[in-house]
Amino acid sequence: MVQPIEPSIAILLVWLLLYIYSIAGSVDFGASFWAMVYADKNTRAGRIANRFLSPTWEVTNTVLVLLVVAFVGFFPKAAYILGTVLLVPVSIILLLIAIRSAFMVFAYSVEGYQKALRIISGLTGLFVPALLISALPVTEGGFVRRLADREILLFDKWLSSPSVYLYMLFGLTSELFLSSLFLADYSRESSDDEAYRLYRKIALIFGPVTILVAVLTLYFSKPEAQWLLLGLSRQKEWFALSIIAFLIAYVSLWWKDGRPRVAVVFVAIQYALATFAYGVAHLPYIVYPFMTVNEAFTNIDTFYSLLKVFAVGLALLLPGFLVFWRFFLKDKRYLQKS
Amino acid sequence: MDQVVLARAFFGTSLAFHIIYATLGIGLSFMVFLSELLHNWRKDRDYALMAKRWTKSMGILLGVAIPSGTIVAIQLSLLWPGFMKIVGQVISVPFEIEIFAFFLEALALSIYVYAADRLSPYMRVIAVFLVAVGATASAVLITSANTWMNTPAGFDMKPDGTIYHVNPWKAFFNPSFVDTAYHVVISALMTGAFAVVSAAAYRLLKSGREEEAIHRKALILGLVTAFITSFFTIFTGHDSAQNLHRYTPEKLAAAEGLFETTKYAPIVIGGFVDQKEQTVKYGIEIPYFLSFLAGNRFDTEVKGLNEFPRDTWPPAYVHTLFNVMVGIGILLFVVTAYSLYYWWKKARAGKPFPRWLLWGLAYSGPVSMLGIEVGWIFSCSGRQPWTIYGFQRTTEAATKAGNLGGLYILFSLVYLMLSVMVAVVLISYFKRNPLRKDLDLLKHVGVKPHGSTH
Repeated sequence: MVQPIEPSIAILLVWLLLYIYSIAGSVDFGASFWAMVYADKNTRAGRIANRFLSPTWEVTNTVLVLLVVAFVGFFPKAAYILGTVLLVPVSIILLLIAIRSAFMVFAYSVEGYQKALRIISGLTGLFVPALLISALPVTEGGFVRRLADREILLFDKWLSSPSVYLYMLFGLTSELFLSSLFLADYSRESSDDEAYRLYRKIALIFGPVTILVAVLTLYFSKPEAQWLLLGLSRQKEWFALSIIAFLIAYVSLWWKDGRPRVAVVFVAIQYALATFAYGVAHLPYIVYPFMTVNEAFTNIDTFYSLLKVFAVGLALLLPGFLVFWRFFLKDKRYLQKS
Repeated sequence: MDQVVLARAFFGTSLAFHIIYATLGIGLSFMVFLSELLHNWRKDRDYALMAKRWTKSMGILLGVAIPSGTIVAIQLSLLWPGFMKIVGQVISVPFEIEIFAFFLEALALSIYVYAADRLSPYMRVIAVFLVAVGATASAVLITSANTWMNTPAGFDMKPDGTIYHVNPWKAFFNPSFVDTAYHVVISALMTGAFAVVSAAAYRLLKSGREEEAIHRKALILGLVTAFITSFFTIFTGHDSAQNLHRYTPEKLAAAEGLFETTKYAPIVIGGFVDQKEQTVKYGIEIPYFLSFLAGNRFDTEVKGLNEFPRDTWPPAYVHTLFNVMVGIGILLFVVTAYSLYYWWKKARAGKPFPRWLLWGLAYSGPVSMLGIEVGWIFSCSGRQPWTIYGFQRTTEAATKAGNLGGLYILFSLVYLMLSVMVAVVLISYFKRNPLRKDLDLLKHVGVKPHGSTH
């Protein structure tokens, strides 16, 4: 019998959304961290970060909800396991996101406590990507135990695993790398040379650091994830291409006074290739060893309705995203407002 | 507390918190849209000023609306994994469309707020209109999922829980969707109008003569909108009640404390339902009217609770919730009608509104919000013991994970903190930027009211 292709399309879409959110979310949370760091020391870099954040954070936040909704819609049975197992960690992430967003908005509207509010929103935001990525090792096996009526997370094991902390560190360094690189490009677009040089310098440091942490994370994988390592080793070519994309990006930052737009594009390619390779290696499991992609898959009629809605929704909103991009990422009147 | 009650309390608290901001997101953006329209039509800058100040409050409220909406969306999977397992297979379509409405709202709002000085007046009206459309569409789509829980459709279930014969669009347009969505949207617009009425009435009581004109304009705009929307809120509420009669008769029976199936059924206002003695104590009984309410005829047969197994009866207190919801709806309509009548007869000629009336109107916003909250609690408590009516009990839907109690306390504290902070930020912002400052700017410098907000 021919294998149905629908579950594969669904998991590809979920990984695609996860990739988009990991980039957009890293830039978003990282930017509010930099806005905090450079709140008064270097006002221009801080101002650039805030100018980017004000109109965009809501849109970025919506991508997170889209990711969760798509996952529940395409793989409701996997959502059942992960929802039960990740109750506590995800709840903590939600609280951090709530505090971060609310305090960021409040900081615009009050005087006097601005600094305290920015510090809280910067710090809470900093840890969100690190916590989000710590859910990945849970799906790789070893942290979930199946009881008679439910699955539980083995908290002690999860909290004492070096592998989990390396994942978190990878989330953190990626966040700082992606956001500083993006802000370097944004500063260039705003013709702000001072901010550009600062963010470029940070990106130059965190780029190699991130690669190093990624290698360490794989090296210190826990024994239960051997199946994944095996899968990853079959994707060597993709990872090699990913490293090449990174090198092109890195070199482009040294080319004359730097080509940040080229760097941003190639780093996006770097992460796309790596995410794809990881996603392929993760097959056929969603939650190892309890649930495969095919087992978790939704009703097929629902799948096609979701797919249609997805296509129509994106097509309808595309002009909106383009207008948005022109207003806040392109228009010199906005970028150079004092 | 037992696990299921705890999960219900937890999620109920999250929703009650989010609903305040979500409702105002719809209602206030619509009011901003109306005042932008009036500004362009009447060429009266006062309306632009109102739009600007309401937008500012909307921006602050959204700082909580968006994260709390994110919490609710994700908490569904955390607290009700059993429910979401079925939702994912049958009714995930509205959730997904809702995300696109959410995108529309976020994009349009950023453009309206942060690109205001780069938009032509008509583009600005369109932008804020799209904000209102996005917020309203979100509410409609979430209502689709909620009404599907009340009147499930578009699937079948085997005894072992396997789902088959799925028709996502039939689930989407389930029998109570249209009426309820209409009711939800109209009552949100009503609450936005009353929020404006409240603020304007309060300012009329507190501020000096030079600001009176603009507050009066805001009050009248609010009152006219509130009059129309509160009328339709009652109207659509009536449709929703007839829907209960058709599709979930035990909910209507519980709401009215009716135990025996009968024609010429009476309606009981107030009092408490005693399910053991099968009576409503201390209520005022109006004969025949429940039948009339349910089917527009006095001889309509209304089903009583005894038709249904005892373990599927909704809790007795839904009678009180129903009364409070209906009472608030009618009260608000009457007060608004009287205020407009007074304005038409006397206040138009320059006579001020009496202070007692202004004080009453100052409370209309919070009372309207209370009505919304009670209405939602009625809708969801009245469905108990079911999460999906007739298919899944709440005990089967709830999470089996531990640690709920501690998280519930933690979330409640954060909600409390954010609520206090929103109030403080709003008050401090408008204290630092009093209306007088904006008016002076308009008068002396002739600046456009729509500068950048930050």
